Amino acid sequence: MARGHHDIGGLPGAGPIDQSEHTLSDWEILADAVNQALGARGVKRTDEMRRAREEMDSAAYRDMTYYERWIASIEAILIEKKILTKEEIDRKLSQFESKWGEP
Amino acid sequence: MNSATQFKPGDRVTVKFQDRPGHLRTPWYIRGKSGWIEQVHGEFRNPESLAFGHDGLPKKTLYLVAFNQSDVWGRTAAPKDKLLVDIYEHWLESSAQEREECEP
Amino acid sequence: MSDAGNAEHGHDHPKHELSHYAKRIYAIRDLLIEKGVITEKDIQCQIEYQEARSPANGANLVARAWGDAAFKGRLIADPKSACAEMGIDATAINEFVVLENTESVRHMVVCTLCSCYPRPILGRPPDWYKSFNYRQRAVVDPRSVMREFGLNLPDDVEVRVHDSTADIRYLILPLRPKGTENWSEADLAKLVTRDSMIGVMDPLDAIPE
Repeated sequence: MARGHHDIGGLPGAGPIDQSEHTLSDWEILADAVNQALGARGVKRTDEMRRAREEMDSAAYRDMTYYERWIASIEAILIEKKILTKEEIDRKLSQFESKWGEP
Repeated sequence: MNSATQFKPGDRVTVKFQDRPGHLRTPWYIRGKSGWIEQVHGEFRNPESLAFGHDGLPKKTLYLVAFNQSDVWGRTAAPKDKLLVDIYEHWLESSAQEREECEP
Repeated sequence: MSDAGNAEHGHDHPKHELSHYAKRIYAIRDLLIEKGVITEKDIQCQIEYQEARSPANGANLVARAWGDAAFKGRLIADPKSACAEMGIDATAINEFVVLENTESVRHMVVCTLCSCYPRPILGRPPDWYKSFNYRQRAVVDPRSVMREFGLNLPDDVEVRVHDSTADIRYLILPLRPKGTENWSEADLAKLVTRDSMIGVMDPLDAIPE
């Protein structure tokens, strides 16, 4: 077994702490709220979400932003629990994209 | 059935070096390191089981375990500095050796 | 790093410009509501709950603790009850521990494995707290992290770093700045920065700029 990609305490090569902050975009606020709402309804536990992020592709884990990782783990857990399927998310997203005007 | 509390504050402990699949909340950097029990937090459902949709029972005792920074990283840190980690009982074992330099 | 990239996007971009996962949350939200897994109201309630949580809660707790020794004792002994006294809802925290800084001891909190943080008190953690650089460095060289935040400590001050790996959520009770005797709670609270309650810096000095 290798050390998990999330298990990074003490790893060398870290740089300065970027202290800048960003205002949350609408999609980040929504990701946060959906995550909390699913927890409040007992649909999933925080432990399951953490595990899903640990199981992600390691390159994706490093490259994605914080809330992108949350969304990826929300999707993974909902699919695992057979609440949603990837196909229906893809289908719904296509409907949105035609509305949003894909270039 | 809950496990009886195995350790008390002041006890010398070593973090087991387990390396197995699953959702493990004992950081890699502290595995195999020795310190002492600072505080007994109480009993909690096991996150290793909760992470896979199980009920996390039986509860496990969670401890606040303290380490000298210099013991964890194998190099000189500011001599008084400490590292404290919340660790579950099944990850801990009694330290066999007496360590004169490990004063809490 | 990728988190810093978001600093440029202070306002919202058209949705077709969002990243892959950013777009998917809209689809996921709609499907969950259609299937009755969550409701629109659930989402709205969570957004409002989160808006109500900010470092001001923590600053008010600290300011009261500085001025009122009995309250400080209660805050350390039973932080959730002390929060309730001040109308702060800390019930979502499973286990809450307050760590008191002194002249000879400073505490610092990190979650190396993810980003555990006392959100019900302080609101969302800052981006830097969730960053790989902080998670990697805080446990091995906390003093260098503190220096970046402007805090230089002599070796005879003990630095205690807590890695928040389980259900315990930690709040630092910072050291009261000198020269603040007889200050009002409101003025004291202004010196209590969010970052001083994480432990990477001391509170602001009493001397105005």
